[in-house]
Amino acid sequence: MTFTRQSLAIDPAKEAERISEALRRFLSKDLHRRGLVVGLSGGVDSSVVASLAVRALGKDRVFGLLMPERESSEDTLRLSEGIARALGIQFAKEDITILLEAAGFYRRYQESVATVVPGFESNWKSKLVTSGSNDPAGFTVFSIVAESPNGNRIQKRLPLKAYLEIVAATNFKQRIRKMLEYHHADRLNFAVAGTPNRLEYDQGFFVKNGDGSADIKPIAHLYKCQVYALGHYLGVPAEILSRPPTTDTYSLPQGQDEFFFAVPVEQLDLCLYGKNHGIEPEAVANAASLKAEHVRAIWKDIDRKRATTRPLHLPPLLVEKVSEIQLNGEAPKI
Amino acid sequence: MTEAKEKIRQFVISNFLFGQDNGLTANASFLEQGIIDSTGVLELVAFVESQFGIKVEDAELIPDNFDSIDAVAAYLGRKRPTHK
Repeated sequence: MTFTRQSLAIDPAKEAERISEALRRFLSKDLHRRGLVVGLSGGVDSSVVASLAVRALGKDRVFGLLMPERESSEDTLRLSEGIARALGIQFAKEDITILLEAAGFYRRYQESVATVVPGFESNWKSKLVTSGSNDPAGFTVFSIVAESPNGNRIQKRLPLKAYLEIVAATNFKQRIRKMLEYHHADRLNFAVAGTPNRLEYDQGFFVKNGDGSADIKPIAHLYKCQVYALGHYLGVPAEILSRPPTTDTYSLPQGQDEFFFAVPVEQLDLCLYGKNHGIEPEAVANAASLKAEHVRAIWKDIDRKRATTRPLHLPPLLVEKVSEIQLNGEAPKI
Repeated sequence: MTEAKEKIRQFVISNFLFGQDNGLTANASFLEQGIIDSTGVLELVAFVESQFGIKVEDAELIPDNFDSIDAVAAYLGRKRPTHK
């Protein structure tokens, strides 16, 4: 059987049913909550999660949150409100700009970038990029791309301190959003749905206690193309399905492959699936239109990212196991 | 071991391994052994720049130059040919 993109195909009806059943079971048996809160970004992942939640629980048991800020893309608000209205769910818009200002995000970010790009002001735009896409076997080097109001772009490699400070600052966005999701969940006696897909979950592409935090992650086992398949099946609006994956974290549009993944998601799907299923590199290379040695390098990068980001998945480490408290959804031994 | 090599070794042990040398050899690949990740490389670069008074160019930030104690020492040898 030749390995192709088709090898990743799922039966969307069956998968939607499987996920719906799991959502109902988790809420009633494990979480004891009455519905789900979903942060909506207008992207395919959160739109699919919200659609699955409505399919599983009914629209009265799903609450949407739109959480734009000053630097959000305009599409984000329009598309996220669009999916919320299309699904008929209750939702709230919480602009997090003031919360970010109170936390000092904009100031901290501007000061850190200015140490590397002199003259960087708050009316400039910027984003982080990595070198990883050109040479996944090498080190990932982080650079800042800064654009002045007259359109001039500068790119500078980030020294460690500036890099850490910039990421620590932008992480406020994910953590403030998650804080609001849990506020509404507590208020409604709901649980919080996370929206990572398999690539993000596997590769640790999330903020600890930010978008990495959730009670249920309904699509964390699905490759990106499978998420799209579900999106088509569930009737997610075409505009959302055709939107390129973005982090929507920086003021300049930043592709997920520019920032974190070594290759475009279509190819990473195939590489990750191939690695997980023991497919020969040459067969993966053929399916992904890559050279076999590039596939091997991407596989090494996959392992490296898994190892580097493992701490983001770990629950708090205990010096001595407290056996009466079982994690992993197992019922405690009484 | 040359003085430079020993300084690099000591930095790696104290900064990444909390003082436990765990049999770290001069030619062990940092990436393969999981001793250093991408953030770690930046720490190593910062150390090398300040300790040895050099500037690491973007194009030099590659495993050939930074992936082991030997590699870093050899890179330094090329950057500062008059020093040991």
